[in-house]
Amino acid sequence: MPGGQGVSERTVRERAPEPSAVRPARRRAGVGRVAGPALRYLLLLAMALLLVGPFLWQLSTALKGTGEPIYGPDTTLLPAEPTLGNFGKVAEVIPVWRYIGNSALVAVASVLTNCLLGAMAGYALARMRFRGRGAVFAAVLASLVVPFEVIMVNVFLTVRSLGLVDTLLGVLLPGAVSGLSILVMRTAFLALPKETEEAAAIDGAGEWARFWRVALPSVRGSLAVVGVFSFLFAWDDFLWPLIVLKSPDNFTLTVGLQYLSGTFTNDQRVVAAGTMIAVIPLLAVFFALQRMFFRGIGEGGVKG
Amino acid sequence: MIGRRWYVPWLFLAPALLVTALMTWGPLANTGVLAFTDAQALGGGQFTGLDNFVRLADDTDFFRALGNTALYLVVVVPALVLLPLLLAQLVHAKLPGIGAFRAVFYTPVIASMVVVGLIWSWLLSSDGLVNAVLVKLRVVAEPLPFLTDATLLLFSCMLVTVWKGLGYYMVIYLAALSNVPGELHEAARVDGAGAVRRFRSVTVPTVRPTMLLVGTLAAISATKVFAEIYVMSSGTAGPGGQAKSIVYYIREVGLGVDGEIGYASAMSLTLFVGTLGLSVLALVLRRRSERNTA
Repeated sequence: MPGGQGVSERTVRERAPEPSAVRPARRRAGVGRVAGPALRYLLLLAMALLLVGPFLWQLSTALKGTGEPIYGPDTTLLPAEPTLGNFGKVAEVIPVWRYIGNSALVAVASVLTNCLLGAMAGYALARMRFRGRGAVFAAVLASLVVPFEVIMVNVFLTVRSLGLVDTLLGVLLPGAVSGLSILVMRTAFLALPKETEEAAAIDGAGEWARFWRVALPSVRGSLAVVGVFSFLFAWDDFLWPLIVLKSPDNFTLTVGLQYLSGTFTNDQRVVAAGTMIAVIPLLAVFFALQRMFFRGIGEGGVKG
Repeated sequence: MIGRRWYVPWLFLAPALLVTALMTWGPLANTGVLAFTDAQALGGGQFTGLDNFVRLADDTDFFRALGNTALYLVVVVPALVLLPLLLAQLVHAKLPGIGAFRAVFYTPVIASMVVVGLIWSWLLSSDGLVNAVLVKLRVVAEPLPFLTDATLLLFSCMLVTVWKGLGYYMVIYLAALSNVPGELHEAARVDGAGAVRRFRSVTVPTVRPTMLLVGTLAAISATKVFAEIYVMSSGTAGPGGQAKSIVYYIREVGLGVDGEIGYASAMSLTLFVGTLGLSVLALVLRRRSERNTA
């Protein structure tokens, strides 16, 4: 959030590793000096192996051909003859492109609804005076302490009575605008100087024009935070799509992957390829945007 | 002078409020009402007073789920309070390439729990890499049933939860660590305090509010554990379904073919009281620690 103490530009700066860094570098005081940088790099590498190794092992399995063992004493760390055949097989077992499309549709729709509806509500709460504002704000705040898991059975009943079981709209609806999105946008608008909007008002701009043309473009950073988190949440969600989707044709990617591992457990190579299909695009985007992402998280209000 | 016409704010609020009312407040109210009825998936629902709660007190499956969830909490919360702090300490340094390490440590957070669960199912299966290494090193004679023994399955799921959560809480701690004044560390070092001593006497006291926040977040998410168990057991919750968590059990009871909505609602309400209790506990602890430092 603007004004919040976040991960600063300085702390997210990234540089390529240099071997010369092993020399005792002069560092800012306050760094927990366990030992020299050499030991620190060793620990960092060990942790990196622990946290990324499992992904790499999965990738290695996905690239091994049917002739190559994936367990037993002859298994090698790297595929002897890497093949993309397993990726093709995924599409034979499950309609994986369709699942990706379904997940993308829900995730993009969730980004749009959370950004737009969240911003509209946040704007009203931040900028307009009206009877009942306190009550609405309290209701939004209170909705944060209601875990979805507590109400899922009854959300399902509601979605069923709307006739939306087994539809992507039904998947989208419960997360279409979260209380958190509204709060983040409200905070962003509160931090904007009022003067620009007042100037626009004097020029005769209506409420919508002030919101759409003046205020919204000024909170792009917060919109990005809301957008990224809405996308990730919708893309990664499993419990609700598992509840609401019934026919395999309508599955999102997470439910489809689980389904794949159920139908085809005898070939781990194909399951591994499926998980890689799901995770590689996401990681590619993340690593491309990671500087922005970490700054966004810092601004996004995760602070102690 | 913004919002002269009284209905304008409500036009801005209407879509969001409609969704929240329909998808949060309505279902919550419904949960509160149906918990006291014998409602089934297909219609019905007579008021039955506290019958559901009496039945709950006698339901061994529910208590097993409760026990499993409690065990989850007891293991996962301390791990997720401490380990990400150490990890944040490790990457809270101005060293070349440190930003890349931070991003790398965050990757498990980005991947969905289903992907992570499937990756670890393969690693921990009886033919998997972990067992192969353990057998090779002669730590064990036979592969361990990480996924097919109910207790081991639960611990495997905890491992996955912690593994996936490390980067997430690390980022929260990083924001807090950047508030720790460097002079304090320097002064402690000059006074001859070792790394462990400085961690305990300088770092921990300054990030204690964040530890409380992380503990609360980790505890609330641990009480709702579901996907780990579902994916790692291929939807069976272990042999005889003995590794069910509360959410797992609620889903099974309330959303099965002949869902017992009333009974599931009573369980949901119990879960809600539990999560609220955790939040209140965190608030009390926070107040107390603020009073102590004030």
